[in-house]
Amino acid sequence: MSTETPLPVLTAADFASDQEVRWCPGCGDYSILAQMKKILPTLGIPREQTVFISGIGCSSRFPYYMNAYGIHSIHGRAPAVATGLKVANPELFVWVITGDGDALSIGGNHLIHAIRRNLDINIVLFNNQIYGLTKGQYSPTSPLGKVTKSTPMGAVDNPIHPLSVAIGCEATFVARSIDVNIKHLGMVLSRAAEHRGTAFVEVYQNCNVFNDGAFEYATNRETKADSILELEHGKPLIFGKNGSKGIRLNGMNPEVVELGKGITEDDLLFHDEKATEPSLAYLLSRMRHPEFPEPIGIFRAVDRPRYDDQLDQQIAEARQRRGEGDLQKLFAAGETWTVE
Amino acid sequence: MATSTSSDSGPESEAASRKPVVELDSATVRFCGDSGDGMQLAGSQLTSTSALVGNDVATFPDFPAEIRAPRGTKAGVSGFQVHFASTDIFTPGDQVDALVAMNPAALATNLGDLVPGGVLVVNTDSFDEKDLKKAGYDRNPVEDGSLDGYKMFTAEMTKLTRKAVDGLGLSVKEADRCKNFFAMGLVFWLYDRPLDPTQRYIDAKFGKRPAVAEANHRALKAGYHYGETTEALPSQYMVPKARLEPGTYRNVMGNTALAWGLIAAAKLSGCELFYGSYPITPASDILHELSKHKNFGVRTFQAEDEIAAVSSAIGASFAGAMGVTASSGPGIALKGEAIGLAVMTELPMLIINVQRGGPSTGLPTKTEQADLMQAIFGRNGECPLPILAASSPADCFDVAQEAWRIAVKFMVPVFVLTDGYIANGSEPWRVPDPQSLAKIEVRHPQARDNGEPFLPYERDDNFSRPWAIPGTPGLMHRIGGLEKQNGTGNVSYDPDNHQQMVELRQQKVSNVANDIPLQEVEGPSSGKLLVLSWGGTYGACRTAVQTVQKTNPSVAHAHLRYMNPFPRNLGELLKAYERVLIPELNMGQLDLLIRAKYLIEPERLNKVRGKPFTVGELVHKIEQIL
Ligand code: SF4
Repeated sequence: MSTETPLPVLTAADFASDQEVRWCPGCGDYSILAQMKKILPTLGIPREQTVFISGIGCSSRFPYYMNAYGIHSIHGRAPAVATGLKVANPELFVWVITGDGDALSIGGNHLIHAIRRNLDINIVLFNNQIYGLTKGQYSPTSPLGKVTKSTPMGAVDNPIHPLSVAIGCEATFVARSIDVNIKHLGMVLSRAAEHRGTAFVEVYQNCNVFNDGAFEYATNRETKADSILELEHGKPLIFGKNGSKGIRLNGMNPEVVELGKGITEDDLLFHDEKATEPSLAYLLSRMRHPEFPEPIGIFRAVDRPRYDDQLDQQIAEARQRRGEGDLQKLFAAGETWTVE
Repeated sequence: MATSTSSDSGPESEAASRKPVVELDSATVRFCGDSGDGMQLAGSQLTSTSALVGNDVATFPDFPAEIRAPRGTKAGVSGFQVHFASTDIFTPGDQVDALVAMNPAALATNLGDLVPGGVLVVNTDSFDEKDLKKAGYDRNPVEDGSLDGYKMFTAEMTKLTRKAVDGLGLSVKEADRCKNFFAMGLVFWLYDRPLDPTQRYIDAKFGKRPAVAEANHRALKAGYHYGETTEALPSQYMVPKARLEPGTYRNVMGNTALAWGLIAAAKLSGCELFYGSYPITPASDILHELSKHKNFGVRTFQAEDEIAAVSSAIGASFAGAMGVTASSGPGIALKGEAIGLAVMTELPMLIINVQRGGPSTGLPTKTEQADLMQAIFGRNGECPLPILAASSPADCFDVAQEAWRIAVKFMVPVFVLTDGYIANGSEPWRVPDPQSLAKIEVRHPQARDNGEPFLPYERDDNFSRPWAIPGTPGLMHRIGGLEKQNGTGNVSYDPDNHQQMVELRQQKVSNVANDIPLQEVEGPSSGKLLVLSWGGTYGACRTAVQTVQKTNPSVAHAHLRYMNPFPRNLGELLKAYERVLIPELNMGQLDLLIRAKYLIEPERLNKVRGKPFTVGELVHKIEQIL
């Protein structure tokens, strides 16, 4: 890129492809797409440097709608495709778009390894707790007892919690947002984009056709204040209408307390997204509705060496120590003999 | 043929001259022992030394799948066969002229391959009651006269080695680990080989542990002197230099040659090599070799599984790198879906299958050619791609480059088939001048800012689409596994478009036939019998046909490198012979393809014993047909 000519100022519309968006009307995916298009121009990264990789599922149609480079790959493999892409060209700005079935069921293995390698990529998991594209089977995040087409008597497997999995894989950036909280979602996506290392974002996404209202508690005007806790770095964990409630540690366990009556903010748990140990982030990821408010925001954002950087360094070091690869030298290494 | 000469290459040459030296055209030696006995090292040292003295060589390492099978059992026997000659040779030899058996289990499992009257070297120290029993012997064969038909040469190798390294402060276990060098020394004397290449190897390998290095040096010399001074073996053998084409040579194993071929292809095409792979026998050595060469910009990625390995290579190819993945049969099965994605997205990449015995886990360390159909058909939908097969260890170098040339020219993933036999086998390779290697042309469309829409599935004369890489302004586009509209690349479910795209993808692969050489034949261009072979059986088939041609000149040999598409003259060529014989290390896979495509009825020779063909069994089959 030339340093003389300033970057053209892009708008959300510049990131829209010419393809008609084909999600069901009312689907939460629209909102995520809109926020993505909104934040990208603010980052100053050219469109041609931006690549979206997805797997299979409703969410995975995402790359078609972005005016960037993209691969709509195969079920569960997006993190692996993205890894090769990023390793081959570390300059690229890489997003993985995936869903609960894609990332946590068929692609679980790739997800955990992408996260532990900490490549500088962003993974956005649209969690709608259902298989939408295949028309309504339960997913690995569906709650116990969930009645679906494939579980007419209720699901009997325990759900998996995406953020707990990510933290277990030593994720350096973990966050959660909600499709309809557009400002918050934009903030979380921007923070993910700025993070150096693998950023893992879970977005609660409503599938209004096969699992409508799965996150009603978190979005309904009446209930959301008591069901959601917005995390802020360095601030106490406060929620509820008028900020009347908080989270306190009781031994190793969190508990909900009412502020006042002798309990002040200072008694509450304070959020620290930069904590070296992931215990706090993990504890937050375990807080589930209805026992607890579910935290949204940045759970964890720490710095750790990245796979792509380190590989680049090794290559630079090998070149420095042994010189740029020379075929003649390669072939002649070891024992050779000459026939006259 | 026997002439007497004196050795000038071994230590104390005057002593060596005391015994007569018999000159031979070629010799085949096999070291065998427990998998912990260092037989692979002994074999590879004999190989490189023989190559260095100017012989043509061919090798066959044969090791158990278990890393450490119980000591002394037949399951744990590891062997390494070396064939060295003063003439051009193409196989490691059917039978061995000299067998070194380090224990009874090794003797029991390998004696059948020793020629009658052949040299048998036995480490008698390990022939105790316990080990004899483990090998299934009731009586000690060394003592009961059952081996009288061989030139047996016994040595208490363990004791002699311990004595040689005495005073170096080594534990008994460490001392015993040197006995393969004793065995090497003995064989080096027997075949009049110089010790210095092995001495250099010891210094390089054990230099940091002087006591171990010294012990190995002593064991090597002790073995050599033992051969020279004891009376048991009356003569020495010598195999003069081969008349090879002038040039600089080195010995290469197939997996190494393949890795170097990939590095060369990347350089010649100006692409950076990305290699995504998951450890699997017998392909892992490619990963090991490539990961050593980061100064070439080679990026190796040890993926979490086979699927990630191939998927990462697809991502890398999309980024403009030379995306390569490799595995063996079971791993290739896992990669199937992603290979389909590469075909659908029309990205250039290489998929290498170092074939082994199947199905399922099968015979991980043994060779087979049973994945041809998997390469051709092993994906859902109409999913054609070009397939090349390497014929020998050194040929892997050329095939890697040719495969990449085709991949980028036709924008298509290309399969490369090798097998465990050529991957681990080795042969002398005339080192090419890098300047003489053909450049591989790669075209990436340039940035545009005229607002014209970019068509990612626009076709050139070969029906190839443009390889536009992320980072290029104005060429943003999306690809994927859903059917694409020709030209625009938009998702399309249109029936006519799908028909057209299926046909285009097929036509693109068929067009490769116009871009590859015509099939050549060794021998008459028509006649009684054509032997049609492919892949790693080249050496054995070529030697067998040459043998038969001495008495029957109407036999010819054609060896296929291009398995899909076939060379365009193949049909015509097959019809020029009364009969066609297809020998394969499978149950008839090429045979089925040839029957289906050319409507002929070939004869077959099929073997699935985890071992390569012997020349003898091929000659026998050919003579039966004639
Ligand atoms: S099925 Fe559900 S997730 Fe899929 S597009 Fe429709 S509403 Fe959205």
